[in-house]
Amino acid sequence: MANTVVFDLPDPFNAFITRCKEAAYGDGPLSGITIGIKDNISTAGIQTTCGSQILAGYIPPYDAHVITLLASAGAAIVGKTNMDEFGMGTTTENSAFGPTKNPADPTRAPGGSSGGSAAAVASGMVRMALGTDTGGSVRCPASFCGIVGLKPTYGRVSRYGLIAYANSFEQIGPMARSVEDCALLYSVIAGYDPRDATSCNLPAPAPVTPEIKGKKIGVPEEFFGEGVSAEVATVATAAIDQLQGLGAVIVPCSMPSMRYALAAYYVISMAEASSNLGRYDGVRFGPAPDFSRPWHEAYSEVRRSCFSEEVRRRILLGTFALSAGYKGKYYAKAQQARRMVRADIDRIFQTVDLIAGPTMPTVAFPLGQVTDPLSMYLADILTVPANLSGIPAISVPCGRTDGLPVGLQLMGRHGAEDEILSAALAFEEGSA
Amino acid sequence: MTVIIGLEIHCQLNTQTKLFCGCSTDYRDDGPNTHVCPVCLGLPGSLPAINRQAVLYALRVAKALHCEVPEISEFARKNYFYPDLAKAYQITQHDRPLAVGGYVDIESEEGKTRRITLTRIHMEEDPGRLVHMGSPDRGRYTLVDYNRSGIPLIEIVTEPELTSPKEARRFLNKLRATLEYLGVYDSDREGSLRVDANISIKGHERVEVKNITSYKGVEKALTFEITRQRAMIRRNAPIARETRHFQEARGVTTSARSKEFEHDYRYFPDPDLALLQVSSWVDAIELPELPDARRDRFMEEYGLSANHARTLTGDIRLAEFFEEIASDMPDIAAPWTADVLLGELYYRDMPVTEVPIPLFRALLFELKQERITDSSGVAVLRTILNQVKEGSSPEMPAAIIERLGLGKEEGESFQEIVASVLADHDAAVADYRAGKAGAINFLVGQVMKATRGRADPKEIARIIEALLQE
Repeated sequence: MANTVVFDLPDPFNAFITRCKEAAYGDGPLSGITIGIKDNISTAGIQTTCGSQILAGYIPPYDAHVITLLASAGAAIVGKTNMDEFGMGTTTENSAFGPTKNPADPTRAPGGSSGGSAAAVASGMVRMALGTDTGGSVRCPASFCGIVGLKPTYGRVSRYGLIAYANSFEQIGPMARSVEDCALLYSVIAGYDPRDATSCNLPAPAPVTPEIKGKKIGVPEEFFGEGVSAEVATVATAAIDQLQGLGAVIVPCSMPSMRYALAAYYVISMAEASSNLGRYDGVRFGPAPDFSRPWHEAYSEVRRSCFSEEVRRRILLGTFALSAGYKGKYYAKAQQARRMVRADIDRIFQTVDLIAGPTMPTVAFPLGQVTDPLSMYLADILTVPANLSGIPAISVPCGRTDGLPVGLQLMGRHGAEDEILSAALAFEEGSA
Repeated sequence: MTVIIGLEIHCQLNTQTKLFCGCSTDYRDDGPNTHVCPVCLGLPGSLPAINRQAVLYALRVAKALHCEVPEISEFARKNYFYPDLAKAYQITQHDRPLAVGGYVDIESEEGKTRRITLTRIHMEEDPGRLVHMGSPDRGRYTLVDYNRSGIPLIEIVTEPELTSPKEARRFLNKLRATLEYLGVYDSDREGSLRVDANISIKGHERVEVKNITSYKGVEKALTFEITRQRAMIRRNAPIARETRHFQEARGVTTSARSKEFEHDYRYFPDPDLALLQVSSWVDAIELPELPDARRDRFMEEYGLSANHARTLTGDIRLAEFFEEIASDMPDIAAPWTADVLLGELYYRDMPVTEVPIPLFRALLFELKQERITDSSGVAVLRTILNQVKEGSSPEMPAAIIERLGLGKEEGESFQEIVASVLADHDAAVADYRAGKAGAINFLVGQVMKATRGRADPKEIARIIEALLQE
């Protein structure tokens, strides 16, 4: 015990919001391994901002459950990584602490919202990192930066201490340069926590060995449909051919509910966000409001000046979707669509073991390119089905096009992390 | 003009810990913000975990009030901004409450049983508390105390079936007694009760009165509001559908907001909490003896009148007090507790729990032995209560009787007193002999005065008659 690592590496990609000069670590499966933590996971004594001005200077008095687990596994937590404000973005450009650059090409965005974690891992600053995935926020930056990122089954990892954006979708997930490291970090953070009422009690993760022979892998045609770039489709198709070469059985299938997936995801996530972000009113977080004004005016002013345009947009849209007279049309409809996506996925898993496709429809965007919100939202089309249905999904690097990484996404049944990690490991070894 | 009243009653459940975290609920003697944690402070990332004891308490109430407990109920978020609301939403139940239906039986003015139907019972968390420094309008600032944040509440909603402020008061008294018998509620805790009332005159708009925080306040607020509405109807002024606030200090209601500006709370199921599936717990809940059953038992076991039995079981502390003192002399204990003691306590604003049981028992024993008269008994009781109230240690009844010379006048000296009174009042004696009925009462009164109440009036009359017959 009482060992420390010195962490004084330069941060050319702006991967971190807060860096700890020294990090203590103990014994355990992660002993001495440097780990970056996305800045929406509460760390006692270390500033936790969610990439937002409103939480600048906020030092949580308590650790998230995963932080407690990492500490007792011996990990050295070296800092808090950059992110889109409250997880609202797909580029890590929407941060009050400046954009993060993609180590694979510094003129490009790393993807988001866990872009800081992905860049920290991809650049070699840390060996592993935790991200969070609400609609693809672990898998997207993993794909764009060329690393491995896992979104666990909903409820598999305690959300206690994870600052909520959209509670019913999000999970904390491991990010690393290899499937093996990703599986190791996953095995430490997975488990039941009574403080999270949505936590589920499943058997402990099993050791991961390469295994893909005979697995039936469904490939929904929608994953190669409209909006998916030809270059990405080509790389992903080659990866799926490779899976077949390793002994997997490829089963073409269809997921018609994907038509509604994005709309359902955005309506529900914005509705939940509009409620979650109400507490940032200037009374306890953010700059002190102007107390000479009526309290509701002071609240408005703090929220107007401290939230970015994208955050305000999502709060307003979410508020609208829950309003009397519109709730049935938007929020209730979105829940209905969510059930359709779940049913669709359940149906597919009756005949296949895994679902495969590209993680993202494109490669990493050039910095500053995505300016209209709608095209940013569209980039989540291939990742949101896993969040809508709660199933686990992983992104593993599967090649490059024009020098930029492409990720292969593998999805499994509820609680089947071991299965997708084993398949990903087989793919990683087979394609190496 | 028929009055229609419906009530929404918020009661704090007296669980050990808060509704969604492990913080202790026993904060009343402690400083502000000392019973708080990340959950009840609404710190980012904290999550609610339901308190099993709170659910069991709420189910106990549901069972006692004959409600139906649906298989599935659900927590929802009620979103609004207010400085005392840590998360900017209150976790409550909306579309799917814990319990539906049910009823409370009360006694009508004529002594008949009246059944008040309940709409629902749901669970929710209490917000924090604002402490205004200075007056609310001109104070310089307001402080927030989160000790109360997360205290479990149940909200009991009645159908609009109550017809008068008095009936509402009787309903609340019965409800309070039942909740206290269930051991889930403590009416002595400050802020443990809040009532919203919907009041209308038949054929006119309904008005909601919020912010009633005491039992007495309910009757006052309703009476004021009904008078106001009737006056408006008499003037042909339309009654606006609105929310009004009760100003406890002034006893009036004032307009808070009209319907057009009503909050849109944007309720939706709280994604942090699982559905509540607890209907199967209800069967295992064993209810204690409730007020009606105890009343019947008091009549049966102690031979009390219906009136005495109802009074003595209307409050669990009083009922327990009575059972401690009553066992061997219920015939004396019942009137002395229900008629005499209660009045003296009310006059002094003292709770029955402060009455020293051994001393009260000793007093009843003096009375049973007929060592003192009733009026001397009252004097002894007052002395004891005053001593308790002043904080000095109360004397034994025998010592008080001795010190104040309250022992009963009996024997030869007593006969002499009567004889001398008769000698002083020739005219009255003559009236008596002439058959004037009132004369004997006058003479008894004169003897009572001469003995300062230390003689039994019946005994006096007997002796007067004997002496005058000679």
